[in-house]
Amino acid sequence: MSNAPVNNGRRRFLTAATSVVGGVGVVGVAVPFIGSWNPSARAKAAGAPVEVNVGKIQPGQLIRAEWRGKPVYVVRRTEQTLADLAKNDGQLRDPNSEQPQQPEYATNAHRSIKPEFLVALGVCTHLGCAPTYHKGDFDQFVEGSKDGFFCPCHGSKFDMAGRVFQGVPAPTNLMIPEHSFPTEDTLLIGVGQGEA
Amino acid sequence: MLANFMAWIEQRLPLMDAMNKHAAQYPAPKNFNFWYVFGILASVVLVNQILTGVWLTMSYEPSGDGAFASIEYIMRDVDYGWLLRYMHSTGASAFFIVVYLHMFRGMMYGSYQKPRELLWIFGMFIFLVLMAEAFMGYLLPWGNMSYWGAQVIISLFGAIPVVGDDLTQWIRGDYVISGATLNRFFALHVIAMPLVLVILVFLHILALHEVGSNNPEGTDIKKPKGSVPKEEQSKFTFHEQYTKKYDIVDAIPFHPYYTVKDLVAVVLFLIAFCWVMFFAPEGGGYFIEAPNFEPANGLKTPEHIVPVWYFGPFYTILRVVPDKLLGAVAMFGSIIMLFALPWFDRGTVKSLKYRSKLHTLNLIQFAICFLVLGVLGTKAATPLNNAIGTVASFGYFGFFIALWFYSKNEKTKPVPERVSG
Repeated sequence: MSNAPVNNGRRRFLTAATSVVGGVGVVGVAVPFIGSWNPSARAKAAGAPVEVNVGKIQPGQLIRAEWRGKPVYVVRRTEQTLADLAKNDGQLRDPNSEQPQQPEYATNAHRSIKPEFLVALGVCTHLGCAPTYHKGDFDQFVEGSKDGFFCPCHGSKFDMAGRVFQGVPAPTNLMIPEHSFPTEDTLLIGVGQGEA
Repeated sequence: MLANFMAWIEQRLPLMDAMNKHAAQYPAPKNFNFWYVFGILASVVLVNQILTGVWLTMSYEPSGDGAFASIEYIMRDVDYGWLLRYMHSTGASAFFIVVYLHMFRGMMYGSYQKPRELLWIFGMFIFLVLMAEAFMGYLLPWGNMSYWGAQVIISLFGAIPVVGDDLTQWIRGDYVISGATLNRFFALHVIAMPLVLVILVFLHILALHEVGSNNPEGTDIKKPKGSVPKEEQSKFTFHEQYTKKYDIVDAIPFHPYYTVKDLVAVVLFLIAFCWVMFFAPEGGGYFIEAPNFEPANGLKTPEHIVPVWYFGPFYTILRVVPDKLLGAVAMFGSIIMLFALPWFDRGTVKSLKYRSKLHTLNLIQFAICFLVLGVLGTKAATPLNNAIGTVASFGYFGFFIALWFYSKNEKTKPVPERVSG
């Protein structure tokens, strides 16, 4: 082999060129295999916005809506609950909602459009379990706090604005989904305020 | 007639030669103890999993709507369906029991040390693929614990900065775990992973037979060619692959000596296996967890999400770290430590028998921490449990760190040249 009359330069060039073209081919072939793992058109269609009638929710009551297969918690907070929110600030990781866990229009003290309605994904930001709503007996987890959310999986705690307490595994506040109120009593989850 | 046929085959594919090389004329140290049966037991379980798995796919329906019902169908309506399923589910737990013992054997006798590093790495890859295989298989019954267990583990990838959320969505193929996730896990569980697993097992055994088996003394049974007088060499015939380069001492052929010994272990193992399978197939709620008897429900989290027992140690490490990204890093790190074990250990004495007291104590504390982490992984995350888990996690990682420090100048006993007795 080594003694054969060959043009080594040409051989190296052809080997390199073939490798490059082959490499491009491998990348090209990988595209459909990787792409097919994305959500299908059907899954995307199932992710359409949902409407919730919030007119009948009692003060302090939580209802669950389903959007993109995830639970969305809608709570009508009382005046007292809203007034108590500020009391937690010192014990929270992100009291002023600086992390992008909510749309622009919900970046306020109550993390919502209308102060009384909390609309949050019931999905713990640690590993995706559904936190439980503790109404009136949350002080067993956080002293001096009447209501809140407790995740039974790994013990993460959230206040009534879905803000995470310090010293728990969950890194960020509960996600506030895009939402809007087309009419007084209708909540539309999945479409942001001023979008549609 | 038969001899002619065998000769005809042999000329075209050296079957007998391969059998001799790997069984009848493979030199195995004569002093294997019971710790050396778990490799064979793992192969037995692998065969069981493949066989029962193939049969289960015949009646299982991989879809979000049909999966849970098809499991009930297998359990109630298919003849012997319950038995095949319990063989498979008990086999999954048995697989991890024997693999953990197999790995611990390697740690006790230094079977990961030079020249067996690659053998150990192949073994670790087998362990990794096995965990992926078990995790995906656990989603398939589509029970509520299947669902939420997968939710928790897939969310781990969400901890990766920047690409995390897109990555988890890509893995799920949906905004939540859905039928799309189930179908791809099914494909991976029954085709891709088993293929990879079988190839890795093949490479593991090839690598083992290249470097030769270690033994409880940690001595080398292959001596340089010409260094051992004829009458001191092993009296058996070994394949020339081994004898042309080495003088073999203290060895016996794998077949029939160890095949017979292993057969005893297989029988004992199967007795225990059958007892669990027939009398406690749910393993007290550890092999099949209670919430898995209700269908997957994305709106209802089980009160305690705990993984199947064999993921317990790593899961505890994950959740004692009060930070999402660091928790995931610690969990994957705990497995990477095992991969790197051959390089953490800078010693040259293999067996525990001839190493320092310190090493024995370190290994014992590691085993205790591993067990404690495993138990905690199946319990709720109370503050006390988390405190204990934190200590045990330090013990786990501490084993490797300490090993790296003391193994360089460890006070060891002289290792005998030959296996005594």
